[in-house]
Amino acid sequence: MENLQCQCGHTNPPGTKLCESCGRSLTEKEQNSKLVDMRYEGTARRSQTYNKSIIDKIWNFFSSVKVGVSIIVILLVAAAIGTILPQQAFVPASTEATIKDYYADTYGSVGRVYHFLGFHDLYSSYWFIALVGMLAISLVIASLDRFVPLYKSLKNQRVLRHPSFMDKQRIYAEGPGAEDTLLKAEEKLKELKYNVRTDKNGLLAEKGRFSRWGPYVNHIGLIIFLFGVMLRMVPGFYIDESLWLREGETRAIPEVPGYYLESKNFELENYTGEDGEEVFGEALDRVGTVAKNYQTDVILYQKAEEALPGASDSQEAVGEYAIRVNQPLKFDGYAIYQMDYRLDELKAMKFAFTNKETEESLGELTIDLIDPEKTYELESGAKVELLGYYPDFSGFEGGEPQTATPLPNNPGFLVKLTTPETPEGETSFITIQNTVEPLGENDYKLTFQSVETRDVSGLTVRKDSTLPILGLGGLIFMIGVAQGMYFNHRRFWIQQKADGTILLAGHTNKNWFGLKKDLDQVVDYASLPAYTDQQDEIDKKEKAEKEGEALS
Amino acid sequence: MTLAEMSSNLLYVAFIAYLIATFVFGGAVKGNKQGTFKSEKRWGIAAITITLIGFAANLGYFFTRWGATGHPPLSNMFEFTTAFGMTLVGGFIILYFLYRTPVLGMIVLPVALLIIAFASMFPSEVSPLIPALQTNWLAIHVSTVVIAEGILAISAAAGLIYLLKVVDLTKKSKQRFWLEAIMYSLVLVVGFVVASSFFSLTGYEAEFNYVDKEDNEAAITYAMPPVFGMNEYVALTDDAMTPLVETPAMVHAGKLTTVFWSVLFGTVIYWLIRLIFRKRIAGILKPFVKNVNLQLMDEINYRAIIIGFPIFTLGALIFAMIWAQIAWSRFWGWDPKEVWALITWLFYAAYLHLRLGKGWQGEKSAWLAVIGFAIIMFNLVAVNLIIAGLHSYA
Repeated sequence: MENLQCQCGHTNPPGTKLCESCGRSLTEKEQNSKLVDMRYEGTARRSQTYNKSIIDKIWNFFSSVKVGVSIIVILLVAAAIGTILPQQAFVPASTEATIKDYYADTYGSVGRVYHFLGFHDLYSSYWFIALVGMLAISLVIASLDRFVPLYKSLKNQRVLRHPSFMDKQRIYAEGPGAEDTLLKAEEKLKELKYNVRTDKNGLLAEKGRFSRWGPYVNHIGLIIFLFGVMLRMVPGFYIDESLWLREGETRAIPEVPGYYLESKNFELENYTGEDGEEVFGEALDRVGTVAKNYQTDVILYQKAEEALPGASDSQEAVGEYAIRVNQPLKFDGYAIYQMDYRLDELKAMKFAFTNKETEESLGELTIDLIDPEKTYELESGAKVELLGYYPDFSGFEGGEPQTATPLPNNPGFLVKLTTPETPEGETSFITIQNTVEPLGENDYKLTFQSVETRDVSGLTVRKDSTLPILGLGGLIFMIGVAQGMYFNHRRFWIQQKADGTILLAGHTNKNWFGLKKDLDQVVDYASLPAYTDQQDEIDKKEKAEKEGEALS
Repeated sequence: MTLAEMSSNLLYVAFIAYLIATFVFGGAVKGNKQGTFKSEKRWGIAAITITLIGFAANLGYFFTRWGATGHPPLSNMFEFTTAFGMTLVGGFIILYFLYRTPVLGMIVLPVALLIIAFASMFPSEVSPLIPALQTNWLAIHVSTVVIAEGILAISAAAGLIYLLKVVDLTKKSKQRFWLEAIMYSLVLVVGFVVASSFFSLTGYEAEFNYVDKEDNEAAITYAMPPVFGMNEYVALTDDAMTPLVETPAMVHAGKLTTVFWSVLFGTVIYWLIRLIFRKRIAGILKPFVKNVNLQLMDEINYRAIIIGFPIFTLGALIFAMIWAQIAWSRFWGWDPKEVWALITWLFYAAYLHLRLGKGWQGEKSAWLAVIGFAIIMFNLVAVNLIIAGLHSYA
């Protein structure tokens, strides 16, 4: 494609509609129209100019508003589909197979199809992420395609434009003027906070150009936001771990080197309807219990810097904190959240070593259910050997006791009991409320005495270094939206010909009402010729023609 | 009188004031035969004064309830929906003072009335806050969202007025069908309110046991005659009607029954109106919009969105993400309410691109504004009541 030479001598890049220098119409279409198309100032947009190579085609595809809106609408519909049934993250199943079964069992054939199509994990599916990616590409290309020529054109604006540019503006006036008309107009426009530039016999007054950048600024904000979201894939930016912490326990915080957390206490508090809560009585009667507070009281420890790895006495307490919902513990860029709990987990069981016949006790022992010992020697000389420990006993499989989970929900013990009288020992298998003696009748048994319980806190350990980037993106987006929506770009061109005739043209990207209000003041003060809104004239004429047609 | 009682009395005052103002705005529009600004003005001043009194009472309700409960009344279905009715009127007041259009009041106020009536069908006793809601972000996030939605809804009202004027009701067309569908869906809300009130006044109750979708035993109390029975239901109330259909576990028959009765009552009311007036509801309203300035309605439609959209972004996305990060440890979790907030936002973004980039003004814009309102209502009603998620506070 060739450059376009304007009559004024300026050379315009191919695709230009209005001469960059004087504003003359360069295409036949523009020349024949009553008003010029002022969007993007009649500049050459790449997407409207080239359509040869594959790159042109891709560029043109993504720069189209139609394509952009289509991507938005497809995303919107896809997002909606993902809410028809719960996503897999909200489903009480954790493995591929159980998740699949859950959808089939709970939602029947609808669930089966939903799962088959991958909608149970829609938001992390490749096609959904690809759609978001396409939206990002569209944001970049569509913005560049418009911003670059618009910026150049507004930056290099000339004061004097060709009369054919001016009389094709929506606001236009032509008529006799006085000698001081230009000076007075300049004075008034400056008073109205316009930037005024003059050149020979003309002036250009401009206000609010920055509002033209609003859309591009808000798109930059969105791109920064999406970039931030992408960054969390990079290792080190994002940590999401869970930590189950029992009361009294100290554990290393996962993925947080050098820090340890001890739980002093977990507390679940419900509303009572008393002590100032009487006002909630009616609601509590209707729904039952309502939780008031979930709280874990913790001590945070940090390993001293010079300490050797594994040396447990080198921890220094950083401080004592209460972790509550909405009040995470924050330290060193990490945050720990109160997310879940288990009440009354078994901690330890106390047994008495008794003679079955005489019911005489040979002593007591306490078995820690998280960290049991191998043998327990009693003062009387009796001894308990723990041959096997099954914290969550679920039955026998091939004669072997099984445990369903490592959590002490239903502890089972295979023990060997020895006393000075029975040095060869007796074997028994003990579960809650039940004792099995697999190798024959025993003389001794462990009698259950009591149990100790404690609460467990479900904590989430989180680090998200992308948050400042996301915040920045959001802020820039909001600035861009306000900039583009609540301000507008207004311009007036005024020229006085040698015979004293005044030419006046006005343009704004939106809010013509405001533009006219400004102009009315200038016309009054500088006695400019009366202006017309040529768009209104065209509309009126069209309407009259329509009515004429209807009448005939 | 306790603070809580005062609060609910103030809500009654607001309701009645809006009801009166609706008719006075109607008078302002109808009395204006010449289509001049002057004759509208006299009635208009009276109508907006009554509206302002109602709005003051409505704000009074809000803050006295805040005082009574100790937390901003935005924490459950009743409170949020009532606040939405209030911000709808607030949005109207802003745009009324910008453009002085009584016809907008004539459409917005009855919708606000409907929304407040709908809200009062939900349990309205003051309830305590669960731990996740105990933070100032409740006030910040929810109030911003409800204000934004109130303002965005005004664009739909302006769009509806636009459509009432331009859609030709004498010829069969898609436009005529959908315009009447909008009217019909508004009447369905009336149906819900009438059905709920009727059965609650007659004290209807029927208890059932059933097996839920996780195969657990559960109990349910129907407040309306059980047309649909829950999965493997067992009636506990002796004289209750036997459900006509038993639904599978994934369908909540109790909710379906409520929908059934609402649609039944709504449809009967709708056809009664059609029979009495011998016109479509759109046709009944048509004479009121005869003198409407279409360009002005298009402008209000757009103006409401450019005021509402940034506020919505701030409240429903930015503040929401900040709070979600604090309470749930992640700023975004694809919870249904979050997704529908995003959908609403994407929809209005598409509206703006179509309007500014593709020149979709006038009728197209009006349809889009109405669809936007439908999405907001879906997010408010369906996502809270049907789709389970973290935001199901009803």
